[in-house]
Amino acid sequence: MNKATLAYIVSAATLLVAVWLGVSIGTVKIPISTFWDSSDTTASNILWKIRMPRVILAGLVGAALAISGAAFQGLLKNPLADPYTLGVSSGASVGAVVTLFFGLSIPILGTYTLPVFSMTAATLTMFLVIGFARLVDRSMKMETIILTGIIFGSFLGSVLSLMIALTGEELRQIIGWLLGSVSMRGWTYIVMVLPFVVIGSFILWMNRRELNAMLFGEERAHHLGVNVKRRKFMILIGGSILTGSAVAVSGTIGFVGLVVPHMTRLMWGSDHRHLLTLSFMNGASLLIICDLIARTIISPSELPVGVITAFIGAPVFAYIFYRQRRKGAM
Amino acid sequence: MLQVDNLTGGYAKEPIVKDISFDVNKGEILGILGPNGSGKSTLLKLISGILPKQKGTVKIDGEDAALYSQKQFAKKVAVLPQLHAHAFSHTVKDTVALGRYPHQTGLFSSWSEEDERAVSEAMNYTGVTRYKDQAIELLSGGEQQRVFVAQALAQDAPILLLDEPTNHLDIAHQQQLLDTIRNHAVEKGVTVVSVFHDVNLASLYCDRLLLMEKGEISIIGDPQEVIREATIGNVYKARVKTQPHPELPKPQMTLLPHKIEESNPFTVNKEHFTVTAERVSLQVNQPLKTLSSAVVNAGLGWYRAFVNRHVDENYNCDDVKAEMSAYLEQHGYSLTDTVGMMTAVTTEHAEIDEYEGDFGTVLVMVTAGVGNAVDVSQAVTREQRVGTINTWVIVNGELPEEAFIQAMITATEAKTKALQTENVQDPLTGTIATGTSTDSLLVAATQEGEHLPYAGPITPLGKLIGHGVYDCTIRAIRAYKKAKGWTS
Repeated sequence: MNKATLAYIVSAATLLVAVWLGVSIGTVKIPISTFWDSSDTTASNILWKIRMPRVILAGLVGAALAISGAAFQGLLKNPLADPYTLGVSSGASVGAVVTLFFGLSIPILGTYTLPVFSMTAATLTMFLVIGFARLVDRSMKMETIILTGIIFGSFLGSVLSLMIALTGEELRQIIGWLLGSVSMRGWTYIVMVLPFVVIGSFILWMNRRELNAMLFGEERAHHLGVNVKRRKFMILIGGSILTGSAVAVSGTIGFVGLVVPHMTRLMWGSDHRHLLTLSFMNGASLLIICDLIARTIISPSELPVGVITAFIGAPVFAYIFYRQRRKGAM
Repeated sequence: MLQVDNLTGGYAKEPIVKDISFDVNKGEILGILGPNGSGKSTLLKLISGILPKQKGTVKIDGEDAALYSQKQFAKKVAVLPQLHAHAFSHTVKDTVALGRYPHQTGLFSSWSEEDERAVSEAMNYTGVTRYKDQAIELLSGGEQQRVFVAQALAQDAPILLLDEPTNHLDIAHQQQLLDTIRNHAVEKGVTVVSVFHDVNLASLYCDRLLLMEKGEISIIGDPQEVIREATIGNVYKARVKTQPHPELPKPQMTLLPHKIEESNPFTVNKEHFTVTAERVSLQVNQPLKTLSSAVVNAGLGWYRAFVNRHVDENYNCDDVKAEMSAYLEQHGYSLTDTVGMMTAVTTEHAEIDEYEGDFGTVLVMVTAGVGNAVDVSQAVTREQRVGTINTWVIVNGELPEEAFIQAMITATEAKTKALQTENVQDPLTGTIATGTSTDSLLVAATQEGEHLPYAGPITPLGKLIGHGVYDCTIRAIRAYKKAKGWTS
């Protein structure tokens, strides 16, 4: 069996196990049989109305962040890049925090005012960032993109800080949202985020070979026949769609987008033809597991999942990093 | 194959490359040369489309390349960049496989047998197959560059552009890489355009050279036409001398470092000579530029020690050079620094003298034995024996190469005249001898002091050499005759 096939099998198995654990563990244990046997209505309700949407949302958000992180790291040739590098997430956060800060609620949208506002803000930020980067430098060099992201990200970050500073009572709600959570969102959120995840991931996947070529630099990619400008644009749009939608439904969950691609690379290599899909699967698994821990570790209270991702993810990453480097040194 | 017309462009408004036009034929290797900042890399970037051109066209097979999509262009033109680092690791095979990118179409674009064949062929050709599953950053610089050559070859493009491909490579890898590319050009008819930093490498591997100066073509033509002292010196603002390559009709150049003018030029005099029963030797502190027909270190070179060794009349050895080298080493002479001759004549009969002219002095050393004298015009079928007239001419002055040759002619004529004066006859034919069957001649110069452009008999130097060699040879013959008991 070749390495790629093994990678897919391992990742898919991990994802299945994560889903199984995610739906069955909790204050009420749900047996696996509930999937096909709906005689126990309480169990069935908990599974389909609460656990399942939560697991799927966690999976989608984790997948979106991980695949866009992998693409941004490849595109920017920078191991420190993550989905938040571009500043789009800060835009999404500002949209959400503004909604919370002013207590906005559009009648037709109701409770979905926040994600819709957040996504709109993310889209707006994306066009501003890419537009400004193009204005500065028509060929949109990697450094230009990174610096533009830093400019917009830190500006929007200070807007966030300003709002937090001015908030009295609602501070907890805003901080809680910013730390990220996938709890109590329900199927509607999944319906809302799913098209963006599908479209964004598909755009990135279409550029898997181009990302491989761009690892050798833009000039090299150009020589190999890649239409660098157009492909770069596509990858930025695709990654931004994923990041913006993920942040809009779950807040800024850190670590997944930065580290899952690295872990995947260390284990299976940096060929984007596989890296993108594998990061997608592993990101989903990681966030499902982290969310499981977030809601069970101090049960009956819950922690924001963003607290857990780094708490669990960093030691795991440290272990893989250590093992790989030692193996390389020997 | 590749046609560039009035190409103009650069980074900012001010063009770096101005109005350049040239053609490259199928299978030809064109080298682009020029000093730093002359626009050679920019020219390549304009051709490959990395930089937008302001004016002009690039045509491939008569078609305007601007009409091609990026992928179509990559099918026609492969580019090999300078060696550089990359962020994430790839295996060698994956890296080479990227060369097939322009040949893959559609969303899923499955890997075809043709792709596989091109990749393994390219890896075999460049000798990287055995590393195919290794990560590229674990390879050495030379191996990495070969992987990128394989990537470019896998592209299967009829035109190959190279930007200083041998940068950061050691000489063995430079040769390997350029041999590979040249063989590829010859076997597959691939057209190559390459920027070179090294003038000599460009001369060796290119069919034609394009020399750039300030964004324009200074000259384009055969290496012989382009690599000339005046042209290269002017364009690069450097003092150079060109020389023929020892094996190929390709000129090579060497830099001439700025000389520190000595107020007291170094000179050789009679005290530098030592004569013993075993050898005549000359040892000096600074190397002399030497042209000789000696046994050890013949030809042109720079040496500090000169030995004329006495051997027995019946000396016979299969490998004279090896035996002579062993002798020199045994007596403390460095083989890289010594010119060695041999003679059957008693070295104590050597005639050494110094002749003074307006420019400086000339020293002459002759050992002569005429028992084996020959009339060269009738020497077609004669058996060769150890040479018996060895002549050294040491000039305190600076001589160009042609003067060395003139000095040799003059010295030979003087020697022949001395034999005639002394009525030395070829014992077989009874005619006047012109020399012996294996005479040796050495001309050396300090290359300091006065510049002496010629050494024919019309010049003061030539006159001095003629007189000195004639004089010493006559005295040496007389000493020889006397020692042999032939009274004249």
